[in-house]
Amino acid sequence: MDNFFESHWVLSLLIILPLAGSVACLAAREELARHVAFGTSVIAFLISLPLFWTFRSGTAAIQNYVSVPWIEAWGIGYTVGIDGISLLMVLLTTFVTPLAILGSYTYIQRNQRAYYAMLLLLLAAMIGVFVALDLFLFFLFWEIMLIPMYFIIGVWGGKRRIYAAVKFFLFTAIGSLLMLVAILVMVYLYYRQFGIITFAYNDLVQLPIARDLQFVLFAAFALAFAIKVPLFPVHTWLPDAHVEAPTAGSVILAGVLLKMGTYGFLRFALPFFSHAATSPAVIGTVMVLSLIGIIYGAWVAAVQPDAKKLVAYTSIAHLGFVMMGLFALTTQGIQGGILQMVNHGISTGALFLLIGMVYERRHTRMIEDFGGIAKVMPVFAASFLLVALSSIGLPGTNGFIGEFLILIGTFQKYPVVAFIAATGVIFAAAYMLPMVQRMLYGEIDREENRALSDITLRERVVLAPALIMIVLIGVYPQPFLSRTAASVDALIDQVELRAVAAPVVAGASDLRFDRMPILGADE
Amino acid sequence: MVNLLESVLRVVQHAESGYHPVLPGLILLLPLAGFVINGLGAFLWRDSKRIPGIVGPAAIIGAFGIVVANFLAMRGAFPHDPAVVSLWTWMAVGDLSIGVDLQFDQLSILMMLIVTGVSSVIHVYSIGYMREDPGYSRYFSYLNLFVFFMLILVMGANFPIVFVGWEGVGLCSYLLIGFWYENREFASAGKKAFIVNRIGDFGFLVAMFLIFTHFGTLDFVEVFAAAPETLVYAGGVVTLITLLLFLGATGKSAQIPLYVWLPDAMAGPTPVSALIHAATMVTAGVYLVARSGVLFAMAPVSQAVVAAIGAGTALFAATIATQQYDIKKVLAYSTVSQLGYMFLAVGIGAFTAGVFHLMTHAFFKALLFLGSGAVIHAMHHALHQVHRDDDPNDMRNHGGLKNMMPITWATMWIGTVAIAGIFPFAGFFSKDEIIWYTGTYGYVVLWVVSLLAAVLTAAYMTRLMVLTFHGENRTGADAKPHLKEVPAVMWVPLAILAVLSVVGGWIQIPEALPGLPAVDALHHWLEPVMEPARHVMTEHGFHKAYEAPLGGGEATWAIISTVVALIVVILTFRALVHRRYSPAAESEAPTGFAGILYNKWYVDELYDRVIIRPLLALWRGCWRIVDAGLIDGTLDAMASGTRMVGWVGSLLQSGRVAGYMFWFVTGVVIILALLLL
Repeated sequence: MDNFFESHWVLSLLIILPLAGSVACLAAREELARHVAFGTSVIAFLISLPLFWTFRSGTAAIQNYVSVPWIEAWGIGYTVGIDGISLLMVLLTTFVTPLAILGSYTYIQRNQRAYYAMLLLLLAAMIGVFVALDLFLFFLFWEIMLIPMYFIIGVWGGKRRIYAAVKFFLFTAIGSLLMLVAILVMVYLYYRQFGIITFAYNDLVQLPIARDLQFVLFAAFALAFAIKVPLFPVHTWLPDAHVEAPTAGSVILAGVLLKMGTYGFLRFALPFFSHAATSPAVIGTVMVLSLIGIIYGAWVAAVQPDAKKLVAYTSIAHLGFVMMGLFALTTQGIQGGILQMVNHGISTGALFLLIGMVYERRHTRMIEDFGGIAKVMPVFAASFLLVALSSIGLPGTNGFIGEFLILIGTFQKYPVVAFIAATGVIFAAAYMLPMVQRMLYGEIDREENRALSDITLRERVVLAPALIMIVLIGVYPQPFLSRTAASVDALIDQVELRAVAAPVVAGASDLRFDRMPILGADE
Repeated sequence: MVNLLESVLRVVQHAESGYHPVLPGLILLLPLAGFVINGLGAFLWRDSKRIPGIVGPAAIIGAFGIVVANFLAMRGAFPHDPAVVSLWTWMAVGDLSIGVDLQFDQLSILMMLIVTGVSSVIHVYSIGYMREDPGYSRYFSYLNLFVFFMLILVMGANFPIVFVGWEGVGLCSYLLIGFWYENREFASAGKKAFIVNRIGDFGFLVAMFLIFTHFGTLDFVEVFAAAPETLVYAGGVVTLITLLLFLGATGKSAQIPLYVWLPDAMAGPTPVSALIHAATMVTAGVYLVARSGVLFAMAPVSQAVVAAIGAGTALFAATIATQQYDIKKVLAYSTVSQLGYMFLAVGIGAFTAGVFHLMTHAFFKALLFLGSGAVIHAMHHALHQVHRDDDPNDMRNHGGLKNMMPITWATMWIGTVAIAGIFPFAGFFSKDEIIWYTGTYGYVVLWVVSLLAAVLTAAYMTRLMVLTFHGENRTGADAKPHLKEVPAVMWVPLAILAVLSVVGGWIQIPEALPGLPAVDALHHWLEPVMEPARHVMTEHGFHKAYEAPLGGGEATWAIISTVVALIVVILTFRALVHRRYSPAAESEAPTGFAGILYNKWYVDELYDRVIIRPLLALWRGCWRIVDAGLIDGTLDAMASGTRMVGWVGSLLQSGRVAGYMFWFVTGVVIILALLLL
C-alpha cells in the first residue's frame, strides 16, 4: 500500500466511499445519519489530503491514472486520473463537503437519512466529474450530480423550493443535453477518422475538428458550462436556487458546483475546440459576458435586501473574474482563475454557512432584520468580517491573490477589459460593507436580536478551517500555485498549437447521424 | 517548506557598504504579536486592562528600538543602494515573481522612524485616553495591527507588498473609525472611508498592471533603475502610470476629489485620529509619490496635476476649516490642507521638501490631535459628572480652558505656532521650503494659492485656540468645576511631541537665513534615494529658474512669511478673544458665505445627488428590470406558454369519440383543401 496515494485507488475510493456512505445513511437510524455522513466525508477528506504532497508538481502528466474497459463495444472505459487542475478541485470538494454536512447538523430536521444520503451521493458525483477522463463517464457523473441537488433544493428548501428546483433542473438539463449531442458527434468524427469508437479523453483531445464545425460543438459545450458558471444572461437560476436551498445545498452549490462550469471550459472546451475558443468572436463574447458578470453582478448584489441572495449575486461577479482569467489564456490569468475557483469555494461557502447560522437563530435572511449583532455575537462578527474581506479581495486574504493574478494576467493581453474589470474592486466594497455594517454594527434595534447567542463550538469547528485557509492562501499561495503551474503551461501550449493546427476543410458533410454505428445504422 | 527563521535574516541584495539591516523581521513581528495577543485578549480576558495596556505599547516601543538601531547602522554605513530582505516567495506565476521583500534605504528608515516613534507616543497616550472603554483590548489589537500594516507599507520593496500595507492600514482605519460600532453613524463613516479609498485602490492596481506590462517586474529597485530607458520621457505610459498612482494617493491621503472620507473619519477615538488620520496613514500617498519619484519626474503632466491638486486642496480645505465648530473637524480639514502642501511639494519635484513637511506635520498634527483629545477627554469627564450629553467636541461648549488645562493649552499653542509656520518652530522650515520652491520653480499661481492657504492656516488655528482655551468658559456652571488637566500618561506624550514640534525643523535650515548655521541633514540623508529623480528632472531642464516671482531672496521671503503669519495670529486672536459665543445648543447655524463654508461647500450633498443616488437607482433598475423583468419574465412566460399548450392539448383528449371524429374530419378537410389549392 505504500504507493496507494500514487495509484488510482485513492481516486476510486473517493468515489466508492461516499456511495457506500450514502447507502449507510439510508440504512442508519434517523438520528445517526448525520454522524455517518460527517464521518464519511471526513474520511474522504483525509484520504484525499495526502494527494497534495504525493502529487508531482513539475509535470503536466496525468497522475493516479487508470483506464479499465467498461462497455467495450462502445469504447467506454472507467478512466480516471488527475492533473494539477483537478487536484485542487478534488481537494476543494473534499474540504467543503464535511463543513457543509457539519453545518447542517441542526438545520435539517426532517428526512435526515435521505438528506445526508443525497449529500454523499453528490460528493461521489462531484469527485467523479473532476477525475473522469472518459467523456461518457464524465457525462454520467455530470448528470448524476443534478439529481441529489434537485432533491436537496426541492425537498429541504424554503418557500419557493419547487420553483427554484425546477428552474435549476431545467436550466442545467437543457445545457447538458446539447453537450451530450456534441460528445456523440465527436465520438463519431473520431470513428470516421480513425476507425475506433472511443470516449476516452486522451483520444478525443487529439481529434482534429474542422474549423467551422468547432464553433458549433464549442457552442454546445459552452452553453452547458456557461449555465453552470453561471454567465449572464443564463444566471437567473442561481439566486433562486441559493435562496431556497438549505445551507449545505448553497455551500456545495457555490463551493463546488459552479466550478464544474469553469472546470469544464478548462478541461474540455478549450483543448477540444481550441480554434473556436481562441477566435476573436468567442474571446470577445466571453470577455464581455465576464465583464457583465463582474460589474452587473456586483451592482445587483449591492441592492439585495436578502443576505443570501446578495451573496448569490456576488458569486456571479466572482465567477466572472474566473472566466475572464481563463480566457485571457495567459499563465497568470489561468492560474489565478484556478486559484480563484478554490478561493470562491472557501469564502462563499463560508459566507453561506455564516448566513445559515443566523438564519437558524432568527428564521430570516433579510439584512434589515439584523443590526448591532456584533455586540451579542462577537465571534460570529469577527468571522463574518474576515470572510467578507476575503470576498472583497483584501490583500492578505485568498481573494486578493486570485483577483490580482487574473487581472494582471488579463491585462497583458486585453488591457481595456482588465481595466474595466478592476472597477469591480470598488463595487465589491460597495456590496459587502453595507451588509456587514447593517447586520453587525449599530445599535440592536430589534428586540429579538438582543437574546441571540454567539456561535456554538460546533459552528466554530465548521468555520475555523475556512478562516484558516483564507489567511493561509492569502499569505502563502505558492504551494497551490506551483501545483497547477505545469498543467496550465501545458494547456496553454496545447491550445495555442491546436488553434493553428485545426483543419480548414469543412467537416459538416461528415455529419450524418444515420451512419453512426452506435445508432444502429449499417457500416 | 521555507525556513522562515533563516529567510528572515537573509539579505538578498547586499549593499556594498557593508550595511546590514538589524533584525528586520522582528520590526514587523512585534506589532503583529501585539495584535494577536490583544486580539485574543478581546475575547479571552475582556475585562483586564493590564495586559493590553502593557502589551500594546511595549510591542511598538520595541519595534521603535530596533528601527533606531537600524537608523544608526545605516547612518554609519550610508549605503547608496537599498538593502532588500527577502522573507518568502509570495506569488511566482509564469514571468511574474513577487516576493515578500522589505526594503531598507534612507527613505524607508525615515518613515519607519516616524511611524514607530509617533506610534509609541500615541500608544502610551491611549493607555490613559481609553482607560474607561470596555473595548480596551480590541482597541490595542487594532492599533497594533495598524502599525504592522503601516510598517509593511513603508518597508515594502515592491508595489504589491506596499499595496498589502496600503489596504491593511485602510482596513484598520475602517475598524477604528467604526470602533464604537454601536453608533450607526460612526460605523457608517468607517464604511464611507473604505469605499472611497477603494476608488483610489483601483488606480493603484491598474498602475501596477501597467508597470508589470512594461517592466516585467514590480520590484522598486528594478523598475526605478530601468524606467529612464524603458519608458519614454513625458510619454503616455509613464503619464498614465503616475496619474493612476496619484489616484490611489488622493484616496489614501484625502485629496480632491476623494478627501470626503477624512472629516467623517473623526468618528474614531481621538488617538486614532492623531496616529492614522494625521501623522501616518494619510501621508502614505505622499510617500508613494516620493518613492516613485523617478516615474513622476518623467511625467511632467502628472507632476503638474499633482501640484495643482495639492495646492488646490490646501486652500480649499483651509477655507472649510475656518468655519467648523467641532474641534476635530477643524483639525481634520487642517490635515487635508497640510497634505495638500506635501503634494504640492512632491508635485513640483521637491520630493525631500514634501517628506520634510510630512515629518514635521506628523509631530505637530499628532500633538494638536492629542491635545484636542485631552480637551475632549476632560470635557467628556466633566459633562459625564453632571449627566449632560452636550457635545464635548464642540468648541462653542469650550472656552477658557487655559486655566483648567495649562499643560494642554501650552503644548497646543506650540503646535499652533508650528503649523502656522512661525520661526523657529518646525512648520516654519518645512512649509517655507515648499512655498519657496513653488515660487522659484516658476509655479506662480500655485505659489499665490499656497501663500493664501498659509494665511488661512494661521487664522483657523488661532480661532481654534481662542474658542477652546481663551475667553469665558461656556461649559456651564455645573460642569465647569469638574474640568481638569489630564493625567501624566496623557500630558507627557503631549510634551514630547511639543519638543519635536519645535526642534523637528532644525534638521534642515536654509543657508540663506542670516545668523543661523546652515543644516542640510535631511537633503543629505535622502540624497541616495532622491538622486535618480532629480537627475531626470535636471536632465530635462526642470528647476532651472531660481528667481522668486516678486524678486527677493530666500531670507527675505522667510522673514516676510513668518512676520505675516505672526500678524495673522495676533489679529485673529485680538478679533476673536473678546467675542461672545453661546454654547452649541443655543447657537444657530452660520448663514451666508460662512454657512457655505460651515456646510463644507455642500460637496457631500453634491456627491450624494450626482453620484450615489443615480448609481443606486441604476443598480435597482438592473435587478428589477433586467434580471427579474427581462430575463426571468421571458423564461417564466416560456414556461407558462408551454403549460398553456399542454393545457389546450389536454382539452382535445376529452375521451368522447364524437369529438375525435369531429377533429379527424376537420383535419381531412383542411388537408384536402390544401392539396387542391
